[in-house]
Amino acid sequence: MKQESNGQALKEGAAKWLFGAAAALSIVAVALICVFLFANGIPAMAQIGLPDFLFGTTWKPGSGMYGIFPMIVGSIYVTAGAMVVGVPAGVLTAIFLSRFANRKVAAALKPGIELLAGIPSVVYGFFGLMVVVPFVRAIGPGNGLSLLSASLLLGAMILPTVITVSKNALDAVPKSYYEGALALGATHERSVFRIVVPAAFSGIMASVVLGIGRAIGETMAVVMVAGNQAVIPGSIFDGVRTMTANIVLEMGYAADLHRGALIATGVVLFVFVMLISLLFSAVKKRGELK
Amino acid sequence: MTARLLRVAVYVGAAVSTAVLLLIVGFVVVNGVPSLRPSLFEWEYDSTNVSLMPALVDTVLMAALALLISVPVGIASAIYLVEYAKSSSRFIRAVRLTTETLQGIPSIVYGLFGLLFFSTLLGWGLSLLSGACTLAIMVLPIVMRTTEEALRAVPASYKEGGLALGAGTVRTIFRCVLPSALPGIFGGVLLAFGRCVGEVAALLFTAGTVAQIPDFAGQGAFALFDSCRTLAVHMYVLASEGLHISEAYATAVVLLVLVVVLNGGANLVERKLDSRNA
Repeated sequence: MKQESNGQALKEGAAKWLFGAAAALSIVAVALICVFLFANGIPAMAQIGLPDFLFGTTWKPGSGMYGIFPMIVGSIYVTAGAMVVGVPAGVLTAIFLSRFANRKVAAALKPGIELLAGIPSVVYGFFGLMVVVPFVRAIGPGNGLSLLSASLLLGAMILPTVITVSKNALDAVPKSYYEGALALGATHERSVFRIVVPAAFSGIMASVVLGIGRAIGETMAVVMVAGNQAVIPGSIFDGVRTMTANIVLEMGYAADLHRGALIATGVVLFVFVMLISLLFSAVKKRGELK
Repeated sequence: MTARLLRVAVYVGAAVSTAVLLLIVGFVVVNGVPSLRPSLFEWEYDSTNVSLMPALVDTVLMAALALLISVPVGIASAIYLVEYAKSSSRFIRAVRLTTETLQGIPSIVYGLFGLLFFSTLLGWGLSLLSGACTLAIMVLPIVMRTTEEALRAVPASYKEGGLALGAGTVRTIFRCVLPSALPGIFGGVLLAFGRCVGEVAALLFTAGTVAQIPDFAGQGAFALFDSCRTLAVHMYVLASEGLHISEAYATAVVLLVLVVVLNGGANLVERKLDSRNA
């Protein structure tokens, strides 16, 4: 039998309502972000003309030309470069930590990886500016502010994401898989690479997709090392400008249509990130189905 | 033969990651520690001392204000998700979807939104308050996720015990469930704090870059509308001006120390939790 005073029932109801309202705030936040971004970006896109905006190759706000194609390509190049640099090292490190390292080494590396994840991107950028850029200048043509520098730096920045998520996936593979392979006479290496890694494949893919999301959204570190010329780079030693860099470089002084075009760049970036997170959910779901 | 090759590849991969870590940390420490001068910690910033003290104070103020908004909301949301909601409802699915979305949004997009909404529409300008509100939205998913995990880790018997003794749901949550989830929640708060400390892109166009401590003593609450720069923004400004490289190194050291302390704190909490649950 339930005996509740009216006051108590009211209190319970109010609390439930309050907690629910708090939970609703994240829906409100996303809705607000979408509304404000789209409401300010879409009119600019319409005024410039969507094809001219997305596929125009000239970005000259001074003469009214707002083509962000070089920046879209720039973001894709830089992200792809970061994957080439960061994914092999990250996945191999995860395999090392999960299946090769003894307990002491793994325990020593864990806080190191967390530190790598916690280092602010501006510190990475500064490191890139003082170390990576001079290195690239020394090995190739140009001044070092380049696609290659940005890729190397972003590759380092996505390492902790790739390592942590891949390692969790590898750790979750049942012990019996590995032991079964060993019992059939496979070596340790063969068991790991033929049995454990394929079993963790969807988790490893998820780590890669998360890394892509981190790389494409990164702003400060890229701005500091990429050179930021708004043209499609002809080689990895050329400068490159990403969508994020475009916004952060010019938002401080932009007005009118220029400002609208930068917000519209943000809209395009937002759409890219949404596509990536859809991809992430799809990869995760496929992993769960298995 | 392949076995040996694979083994070598794995060791090389791990060595590369370790080298990256040592290189960055070594770079900051070796260059930064000798650059630390007492004049960097003077209360007033000017172009001769290039003091980082105002930025350090602003960092703490900014992060604290952001967490003041985001922690209560995040905890309340997580309580709703864990203790009240039926996981199949449409509302819950929308909350989960939007939280994941928030987590994926790049910080520059938060910066744009903060500029359009807090600074322009609400008229708060470049200010501590605009910056903190922008950061609050940005770290909300971190607080929500860690709190939810902490609440789910609380044994069901705690809640059942509370209810069996005749306490209402609210009382049970606040007296039985929440206290034992507190360390986990605290770990999440430290993580969120770390994210605030490192943020630049979301703050450049919401909080601005003025190197001053908001004058709460003189202006009271109106100081919330003062522009200020956090340490990370300070470092970005120094590095991009290129005039004060040694000061930028020193700032990097201070940032690194902050991150190490926050990470270490979160780890300590986690380890305590593990040993308690074991």
